[in-house]
Amino acid sequence: MYEIVERRMIVPNLHEFTVKAPEIAESVQAGNFIIVRPDEVGERTPLSVADWDCDAGTITSIFMQVGGSTAKLARLEPGGDIPTCAGPLGKETEIRDDFGTVLCIGGCYGIGSIYPVARALKEAGNKVVSLLEARSSYLLYWQDKLEEVSDRVIELTRDGTAGYKGHITRLGEILTLEKIKPDLIIVNGCTFLMMRASKMTESLGIKTIVNMNPIMIDGTGMCGVCRLTVAGKMKFACVDGPDFDGHEIDWEEFLKRRQTYNPEEVHPLRKSGCASHF
Amino acid sequence: MAKKIDYNRRPMPKQEPFERVRNFDEVALGYTEDLAVEEASRCLACKKSFCKEGCPVAVDIPGFIQCIVDRDFAGGIKKIKETNALPAVCGRVCPQEDQCEKVCVLGKKGSPVAIGRLERFLADWEAASGETETPDILPSTGKKIAIVGSGPAGVTVANDLVLLGHDITMFEALHDAGGVLTYGIPEFRLPKAIVRREVEYVESLGVKLRLDYIVGKTKTIDRILTEFDAVFVGAGAGLPWFMEIPGENLNGVYSANEYLTRCNLMKGFRFPAYDTPIKRPSYVAVLGGGNVAMDSARTALRLGADEAHIVYRRSRTELPARLEEVENAEEEGVIFDFLTQPMRLIGNESGWLTEMECLKMELGEPDSSGRRRPVPIEGSEFRMKTDAVVCSIGNSPNPLIPLTTPGLEVGRKGNIVVDEATGKTSRDAIWAGGDVVTGAATVISAMGAGRNAARDIHEFLSGNGSNA
Repeated sequence: MYEIVERRMIVPNLHEFTVKAPEIAESVQAGNFIIVRPDEVGERTPLSVADWDCDAGTITSIFMQVGGSTAKLARLEPGGDIPTCAGPLGKETEIRDDFGTVLCIGGCYGIGSIYPVARALKEAGNKVVSLLEARSSYLLYWQDKLEEVSDRVIELTRDGTAGYKGHITRLGEILTLEKIKPDLIIVNGCTFLMMRASKMTESLGIKTIVNMNPIMIDGTGMCGVCRLTVAGKMKFACVDGPDFDGHEIDWEEFLKRRQTYNPEEVHPLRKSGCASHF
Repeated sequence: MAKKIDYNRRPMPKQEPFERVRNFDEVALGYTEDLAVEEASRCLACKKSFCKEGCPVAVDIPGFIQCIVDRDFAGGIKKIKETNALPAVCGRVCPQEDQCEKVCVLGKKGSPVAIGRLERFLADWEAASGETETPDILPSTGKKIAIVGSGPAGVTVANDLVLLGHDITMFEALHDAGGVLTYGIPEFRLPKAIVRREVEYVESLGVKLRLDYIVGKTKTIDRILTEFDAVFVGAGAGLPWFMEIPGENLNGVYSANEYLTRCNLMKGFRFPAYDTPIKRPSYVAVLGGGNVAMDSARTALRLGADEAHIVYRRSRTELPARLEEVENAEEEGVIFDFLTQPMRLIGNESGWLTEMECLKMELGEPDSSGRRRPVPIEGSEFRMKTDAVVCSIGNSPNPLIPLTTPGLEVGRKGNIVVDEATGKTSRDAIWAGGDVVTGAATVISAMGAGRNAARDIHEFLSGNGSNA
């Protein structure tokens, strides 16, 4: 069993989740994910790693409550435990000391998982600009942590309550206004954010790495459900990724595959007595 | 007085097809004591036991059969366990017809002795008796061995080495032990309670089990080797192969690994009591002709499919699956589309599979495998309605260890290269065996590889062996 050190709703519907797993904390790198099960009948749920503490032996993730399994995770309390926490899985994000200027874009749970990426890039000696995207200011978090590891932090909200107003489609314009010329862009977050950012940066000609989040089961290179098409070839996110070049991904196919179990995902919610909402 | 030779094998009671196709309970029910004694009594007790030579782990077959004849069932199971830690599993899933039973002298004129069924009988008899025979364990050697993977290869190595007094830790990446026995083979063919019992048995011998531990990722082999004297890698199957035809990323297309893992390990068939969902499509096409294909098609029927097809490009005689499994599938109503080659998968606008285009084949000249090569019949394209395809054409070895272990020699297909007789890899103190070496193969061949590696690891730790 793995002890829950912290589980709190950090902004509406997003939870900060810290679990004791000393051996994973020793091996984890930015870009990795873990697989957790909330209880003995629970799904194996992949969560991007957002932080870790080797001394305390803990791993931290930010997750969004979507379906039945994440609803169970969201009900866990500090001091409780979970039967499975496995990892670190996936290849780490490539960190070099000579990238130059790197724009780290995070949205949703990805504001959390982009944090160790920005930190590692900064520690390696790159110039790091972080761009945090959310629907509204009240959904932003960890600005202070990202300030510490970034040369600059830019905010972008759809309602304009913090930073720039609008969606990631304003990226080109924002770069001009901020006078930033990134040599590399890394995006973590929901599929739409990664897809739209990639489409924007393709026309800008800036290499863009995205941290993919397909459906998974074992996460160890066995089941093949996490496959996606990259540069016309079949790739497996759990062992070939999860980082891929955003300009090479077949996004349309990826989005459809992500939706395979949408009806089943909300099944527990339908049974909750709130069915009229669906 | 010479006894009268009995050529007729006793049938094993099974659930009726119409009944079993609606449940996930075990199909074969096993011999009763009387049936087992009758069947065992057919054994001619040949002077030279070909059957024992035909077994990859050299179980003392004539020995345990004689025990059954004498109704000494406790003695029988003890004999098996001298060389085999997984009798309840092997009795169910070994391809005996190609091994011990193939060389049984009775098979020349009639049916060979049902060695597998008798092995299963003894294992189940022991489980029902509630008392477990434990072989003697040698005094501690103080040597520590790490085993990567708790499937058939790993469990065999663990069993053999713990009996010799070594300190064994078995690392399992998933949340339940057993490897392919747990995630791959369905409940109706190998109940998970039986796998659990056999794993608990090696634990009772002192083997430590660490679940959720992904060697290569949680800790690399090189870090493991700072704490252990030797490592055995039995990491098992890796990424599934697909047909490389258009449409394989449509929703509704599964690898057999995914389909069976959802159902067996994650208990998708019990959704929503278990959280992991599995689809229950009406028209399922399984591509391939091995045991895994049979398992997938039979699973589809139990999940409520109207039609489950096995689509295979050769004919019935070339099916690689065990005959028993083919017959079970036929009885249950699986439809076999022989000499049929899938060409492309067709979906709707939302990305869901709706149809499969196939080509009819005919058998031509034999190819390098000795089987007649299937040749396309021109203009024979046709479409079949299907809302799920399960691709069951094999898989590569698991990539995690090769990716994270520098200096480990790996073959063209990603398999770990070993010395065939000993399982020794190119790296000091590292052995490997099972699917991670051979690609998808049988449970017993993985156990045989584990047996050989265990012997060599012991030699090595005793100051001889491949590394000395």
